[in-house]
Amino acid sequence: MNKYKKITLDGLIFQNPTFILVLGTCPTLGLISSAFSAMGMGLTVLVVLLLSNVIISALRKVIPNEVRIPCYIVVIATLVTFARMFLEKFVPDLYDSLGGFLALIVVNCIILGRAEAFANKHTVAEAAVDGIANGLGFTVSLTLMGIICEFFGKGSLFGLQIMDFKIGMLATPAGAFLVYGLCIAVFVYIVDGIERARRVKANKLARENMLKEAA
Amino acid sequence: MATLISIVLAAVLTNNFITAKTYGICPFLGVSKKTSSAAGMGIAVTLVMLIATLVTYPIYTYVMVPLGIEFLEIIFFIFIIASLVQMLEVIIKKISPSLYNAMGVYLPLITTNCAVLGVTELVIGDMSAILGEGVSMNLGWAALYALFAGLGFTLVMIIMSGMRERLNYYKLPKAVAGFPIAMVTACFICMAFMVFSYISL
Repeated sequence: MNKYKKITLDGLIFQNPTFILVLGTCPTLGLISSAFSAMGMGLTVLVVLLLSNVIISALRKVIPNEVRIPCYIVVIATLVTFARMFLEKFVPDLYDSLGGFLALIVVNCIILGRAEAFANKHTVAEAAVDGIANGLGFTVSLTLMGIICEFFGKGSLFGLQIMDFKIGMLATPAGAFLVYGLCIAVFVYIVDGIERARRVKANKLARENMLKEAA
Repeated sequence: MATLISIVLAAVLTNNFITAKTYGICPFLGVSKKTSSAAGMGIAVTLVMLIATLVTYPIYTYVMVPLGIEFLEIIFFIFIIASLVQMLEVIIKKISPSLYNAMGVYLPLITTNCAVLGVTELVIGDMSAILGEGVSMNLGWAALYALFAGLGFTLVMIIMSGMRERLNYYKLPKAVAGFPIAMVTACFICMAFMVFSYISL
């Protein structure tokens, strides 16, 4: 159980794909001007990542090592094609707001990165947990930045107008870069603090154990 | 002539891939620490964008549309781009080893660059706003758009690398150094490029 907890915490916080590894930046910067499209992008990536992790992990003994990257790309491109058809048919609003970035999920580094770094070495269950954790880490980060950008840039939340005050710059790519940069800085500062506290605690425990043994 | 000017202006300035569309951000942030490597990456991306468009556009219009298999475009395009990049690497290595040394290391990275897949998807989509009324898309315009979009990408890469070289002189707090300060720098470049949105075509 502890293993799954570590995978989940890594995906969500300590190896967060958006803030710590800074992967999949193109859709992030392109879509955080609206919280709805940012969340939709996050959830689409979550589903594609979960399925690709499960499929690649299930096939890891079948795929020859030399041609593994093309095989991963076939799996991911097929999944993205399905996701695109599904969204076009059932959620046309989201399909329109994602625009070109929907096809670009194929070249999203998070999905190929997880396939290469995790799914081809672990069991199906672990790969599924990893896919959900990383996908959620991506979704939560994108939604958070989407809320910040949309609230200050357009004065609305998920399309619902809240106030007249707005800083239009924050709803453009320039504002997206600014908010993303500042969010990374804050997140890294917090995670560094947590890790330092953990290390201090571990050192203290080790010292106490040593003293006990000496006594 | 009007279409030509409008495509060039749109691709380089008003609809710049980095500052307006936010395509191809990974190399923009990853390979922009030195001007020489930024220029090499930019030129390699431009070359691949141009060649990829020259191959995918005819395949889409003359093979996939008549056969009714447009829905397979993502799978086809990513495969064409991946094999093109591989082929280009072999050819450049054979013809000019010095050029290979200069930009060979960037070529494998380009397969997963959104700018290349992005431009091939854009030119088969609706481009009437840029082409002007009554002008329909053809291979020539598509290739021109891809070439100048790549040059716009290179321009922003070089500006960014110059600014980041300057940033090396300052000592920054650990949380801000690296990606955050690069993003804030990119924000200023974007703001400068916003001025071009006042150009009406």
